[in-house]
Amino acid sequence: MGQAVSSVAILQAKLWYYQRISAMVLALCVAVHLIIIYIAVQDGLTANEILGRTRGNWGFALFYEIFVLACFVHAPIGLANILRENIQNAFLNRALPLLLAALILILGTMAVIGVVWGQP
Amino acid sequence: MNQSILNVKVWRGTQDGGFVEYKVPRAANQTVLDVVTYIQRKLDPTLSYRFACRVGMCGSCAMTVNGKARWTCRTHVAKIADSDTLEIAPLDNLPIIKDLATDMTEFFDKMSKAVGYFKGEQTRHDDFAKVKPDSEERQLANAGIECIGCGVCYASCEVVSARESYLGPAALNRAWTLVNDERDSQQLDRLRAVAGDAGCHSCHTQGTCSERCPKQIEPTAGIAGLKKIVGRAAVMGSKWGKL
Repeated sequence: MGQAVSSVAILQAKLWYYQRISAMVLALCVAVHLIIIYIAVQDGLTANEILGRTRGNWGFALFYEIFVLACFVHAPIGLANILRENIQNAFLNRALPLLLAALILILGTMAVIGVVWGQP
Repeated sequence: MNQSILNVKVWRGTQDGGFVEYKVPRAANQTVLDVVTYIQRKLDPTLSYRFACRVGMCGSCAMTVNGKARWTCRTHVAKIADSDTLEIAPLDNLPIIKDLATDMTEFFDKMSKAVGYFKGEQTRHDDFAKVKPDSEERQLANAGIECIGCGVCYASCEVVSARESYLGPAALNRAWTLVNDERDSQQLDRLRAVAGDAGCHSCHTQGTCSERCPKQIEPTAGIAGLKKIVGRAAVMGSKWGKL
């Protein structure tokens, strides 16, 4: 029993660490993203203009996929912590963060594919 | 407002008790402990409370005064009472034995659970361990070492209120000072003991413990240090090994 409790505690410590590292990545990504938005809207904001810059741009794809992956790690761990402190439902405490993780990864990656390889 | 008389509401009974009002004459340099002592000696000898040194060393006399946990022997009435009223209750987050005395068993047990005790490897035949006073570890330990175990931080902690198993600021601060003690030989056990939700990782960094600590210790800073060192030890290992 003691060993089981201890391994859960160590998993929680690991998750804390992953959340912290992903927070550092996110801080950088958000700053770069805000700068990109600022530059991107200088000449107006149309789908054609934005897609013209992003389509086929591997650097853009790589940066935003890293952004998506950092969100994928960070947000579900935070949601799991909040749920664990506020609701006593083992199923929901596990299912909701997994659902959020899947949504962020799938929708985020689809968005990256959409702006880099999609058609207007 | 009658400045020469203080209306003091004092908690009487156990968890189901209530406040009883007493009138206590004001005096120069009067402390909250003086007020409680006056009530017990002059007005109601059945009042139970705890104190020992009266000079801020022993950590026995902490109570909730006007809603905030404080050490009563070093708290001047004039500095905290806006009007002529004072409300004195036992510490929060601890079971009440009677009146102002709380059962601090859990509080001290959690110090042990956090491996908050020293164990070295040297014997009396070895030379003295030489710890450099200006080393980073020694400085970090110094910052938290003056804890008197009064329970003010524990009573003020929102996470302790919400999560019974949480070790609390005092035990984690004690663990942090020992993590920075290079002579100690049970570091991995300590890191395991303070890992996760029951340990340092559920601290919300709200800082009430640091704000209210009468010794100006910052348990929040120590807990942040523990979070980092334990998290890193769990993922990548530490100088004492991997968790």
